[in-house]
Amino acid sequence: MADILFHLFAFLTIGSSVAVVYNHNAVNSALAFLVGLIGVSGLFVLLDSFLLAVLMVLVYAGAVVALFLFIIMLLDMQGGERKPFSKATAVAALIGAALLTVCTMTLIRKFGGLETAEMGSILPVGANLKHYADLLFTTYLLPVQVVGFLLLIAMLGVIVLSKKFAGLEDVK
Amino acid sequence: MIELYLSLPIWVQASLKGLIAIGLIIPIAGACSLAERKISAWIQGRPGPNRARAWGLGYIPILGPILQRLGVFHLMADGAKFVFKEDVVPGHVNKFYYYLAPLVALVPSLCTIVVVPFGAYFDAATETLKPLILADVDVGILAVFAIGSLSVYSLILAGWASNSKYPFLGGVRASAQLISYELSMTLSVIPVFLWVNAPGPEATLSLFAVVESQSQPGFWGGMWFVFLMPLCAFVFLVSLFAETNRQPFDMPESEADLVGGFHTEYGEFKWSIFFVAEYAHMTIGSGVFVLLFLGGWNPLPWVPLEPLIAGLPVWLGGLIGASVFLGKTFFFIFLFMWVRWTLPRFRYDQVMKLGWQKLLPIAIANVIFYALAIALIERA
Repeated sequence: MADILFHLFAFLTIGSSVAVVYNHNAVNSALAFLVGLIGVSGLFVLLDSFLLAVLMVLVYAGAVVALFLFIIMLLDMQGGERKPFSKATAVAALIGAALLTVCTMTLIRKFGGLETAEMGSILPVGANLKHYADLLFTTYLLPVQVVGFLLLIAMLGVIVLSKKFAGLEDVK
Repeated sequence: MIELYLSLPIWVQASLKGLIAIGLIIPIAGACSLAERKISAWIQGRPGPNRARAWGLGYIPILGPILQRLGVFHLMADGAKFVFKEDVVPGHVNKFYYYLAPLVALVPSLCTIVVVPFGAYFDAATETLKPLILADVDVGILAVFAIGSLSVYSLILAGWASNSKYPFLGGVRASAQLISYELSMTLSVIPVFLWVNAPGPEATLSLFAVVESQSQPGFWGGMWFVFLMPLCAFVFLVSLFAETNRQPFDMPESEADLVGGFHTEYGEFKWSIFFVAEYAHMTIGSGVFVLLFLGGWNPLPWVPLEPLIAGLPVWLGGLIGASVFLGKTFFFIFLFMWVRWTLPRFRYDQVMKLGWQKLLPIAIANVIFYALAIALIERA
């Protein structure tokens, strides 16, 4: 049962990720992204990380994609007129495929296949709320703060880049 | 009967329970639409719907006229009308999303029932109170918020797929409004769970635990959270109005300036699904408010349910618990309608200003205050 569900959610996630990239319509892409997020949260459920699954839906599916759609609708973006494959895409695809092959080959050579951990040996950190919160405030305190700071800087950068400071008076 | 039920496979049991819950919530949503018309009429000093009379039923001596005056037949006529009306689909819409939007509206609001307990019964074997709930999960309130937050997509999709100006504006407004108020709503329940979870190895976000902690003995134990944290309750209630798109926060719909907002291009059954979803959302939102702040199934503050139903048969105790809970929920549905027909609407900029500049700072200050207070109490 869990195996079937895993394959279902995995295909859902991969399929919708491909759809995000290949869709010309921005709204279709955003909704495919939404389906992909729900697939990922299904995978979290299969790993017994109920808390992470719910947070995934609450934060990403519930708020972030809705914001994406808000922006798409506000700017009323039409599908791009770009060519599906340019020269740069072909080169990038070639390099990406080569890297993927090299990585997979190395992994298979070194370990003779991917290692699989016993289900019981993995700590279900995302399952218990208190455990998760405890780790956030002790072991992972610095990474959490650093990531938060990076996001803040990114946000400031976006505001500075996107806001036209010259000629603000006429807008008013 | 019970043996037969218990002998069924677990998934059949679960589906049966789910169907019963859905079978309960949809008639409530239908009755709400009738109540809305009757209450609006009462507030505006007019009789309201009282003309329709079913062939046969309306001629029963005393009951018939009473039902007719209550407008019950209007509800049936409405339902029949929605089913039999011609299904018109405007030519300019995006068909796939146009059909998808009403479903996306209904599914999340019906899914949230799974994690909301709607009563409690006394289990004689273990001598404890057990919740009447479909799935008692540990993440309780987060699951309600997570699934509930998905309903914004129905408004966005409906607005976008309709491919005309007014629905589009409604959809844009919906996405901005619902995200803004979700923040204050989530922040406003944090003090409740800080209070419920004592320091220790286990923590829970389950709604049953919240009601349990409001049914303890003693002055502080039996106090409903609405008295302990009035500001949280207020912020939650205001956000709930905004999240369910009820007046005075009906920006996505705004009949006055956007015709019908996101559902302008919708008609017949698809429109009625939006309507049912709104009422279902409202019912479940009121239920969550009752559980969080008004003691759930406890009949009065400082009067827990458990000793009252301990000696009674299981079904009667469960019925009493569920009735108390539903009674409080219905009062809140009434409050929703009361506010709708009493207060004037906000303008859109006022909605945004209220959400970001008033409600959110209040909610954050509230969290900090209660976090400090609870830390001090626990240290003492």
